[in-house]
Amino acid sequence: MKKVLIDIKEVKKSFGKQEILKGVTMQLFENENLVVLGKSGSGKSVLIKCIVNLLKLDEGSINVDKYEISNINETDLIEVRKQIGFLFQGAALYDSMTVRENLTFPLTRLTEKFSDEEITQKIESVLENVSLPESIDKMPSELSGGMKKRIGLARTLIVNPKIILYDEPTTGLDPITSDEISHLINETKNKFNTSSIIITHDIKCLKTVADRIIMLKDGVVYKEGTLSEFEKDNDSYIKSFFN
Amino acid sequence: MKQKKIQYSLDKSSVLWNNIKEKASDFFINVAIVVDYLKEVTKNIFASKFEGNEFLKQCFQIGNKSVGLISITGIIIGLVLTIQSRPPLVDFGAVAMLPGMVAISIIREMGPVITALICAGKIGSSMGAELGSMRVTEQIDAMEVSNTNPINFLIVPRVVAATVMIPLLTLYADAIGIFGSWLGVNIKDDVSLTLFIHQAFESVDFVDLIPALIKSFFFGAVIGLVGCYKGFNAGRGTESVGIAANSSVVTASLLLIIVDLIAVQITDLL
Repeated sequence: MKKVLIDIKEVKKSFGKQEILKGVTMQLFENENLVVLGKSGSGKSVLIKCIVNLLKLDEGSINVDKYEISNINETDLIEVRKQIGFLFQGAALYDSMTVRENLTFPLTRLTEKFSDEEITQKIESVLENVSLPESIDKMPSELSGGMKKRIGLARTLIVNPKIILYDEPTTGLDPITSDEISHLINETKNKFNTSSIIITHDIKCLKTVADRIIMLKDGVVYKEGTLSEFEKDNDSYIKSFFN
Repeated sequence: MKQKKIQYSLDKSSVLWNNIKEKASDFFINVAIVVDYLKEVTKNIFASKFEGNEFLKQCFQIGNKSVGLISITGIIIGLVLTIQSRPPLVDFGAVAMLPGMVAISIIREMGPVITALICAGKIGSSMGAELGSMRVTEQIDAMEVSNTNPINFLIVPRVVAATVMIPLLTLYADAIGIFGSWLGVNIKDDVSLTLFIHQAFESVDFVDLIPALIKSFFFGAVIGLVGCYKGFNAGRGTESVGIAANSSVVTASLLLIIVDLIAVQITDLL
């Protein structure tokens, strides 16, 4: 029996009168890539933002390790955020900082103090992992979309998280770069033993990375299973994604 | 027919009543949001983790961005005030009072207000646009995930820097304005700078300078608070960056005039 890292139960979230999540229940197990699939507006991004408490739940519960997110205090939230890395859709690199400063930022704020030498070493090593060692002193505006995503992943990896949440990691990228990012997600899982929730509607990326898939529709879990189970399913809604 | 008319007017008044209720509720929600924002900023200003580097960076940005514009405007204000005021003073044979009169106008009112309005346009809009774009591109969310309170890291240094820098820029604008006035006087007369400054400061007292400086601290705080509030609370689309920048300037300028009015009334009472 695999260890449950994130346990989501009956989560509900509304914005004004619009109900986005209407009772989502799911789990993330240790060392798995869980893909959350669904069309735009189905609440995928809202769900992962609730996990790191960027958005507050209306109802239900999310447990990360021993912490319950909806009633969490500030000290425990820091512990949770140390365990979870978040790769944002547009990478969310800080425009006014160089790549080096972008990577130093979470390192100095989420972990214990390191010497300047240790910080440089960690930055170089993590940039090596995403194959961009030469971009260390570049500004985000000098990077392509794919490079930004890689640096975003490097910023996530630098604090050694146990869990990584990817918000549409291949959106807006060309097919070759998308493929590279998908393989990087797998490499990260194997090399650092991480577990991930990957939000996507890119079926090619899904086929590369998914150990398990959860499909959201109208704010609830519509189907859960492996890639082959989804591919064999005759449901027209599911078929519309896979054909 | 009559019944239909009554029903129609009842429907209309109920729609009107619902609209009023909705608007009133929106207004009170917005007031609560602003109060909460001010409370958070104040709490974070006195928090132990003051972002000193960010504060210095913002001070440099504010000074660097505005000093050129303030120099040009200051000189022109001094020149224009002098040129416009000279003819009536000549008519009354009181041209010797010109340096003092212009100096008082600049120090008490023109310097602080013009500096604040320029900074509202230049700095307020840039704060609104910068934070708005950070909100749209999820950089603020990324900061939160990295265990950084965005109010402490982004807003507090900007508000404090604006509050500190606007009075300094005001003093600079005053000096440049008085210099401009000397240039204006020398178009028609031949007065040395030393004599002009001596004449100007004969009429100026600390009572003129101190309230003006105190109000420029408030002007700085208003510019910082409004710019950051508008940017920080920008919507999610790219369009909201423009809206945030624009509304920062408009709201800050309006509030500056209101603060000036209050400051003048208070100074008048003292």
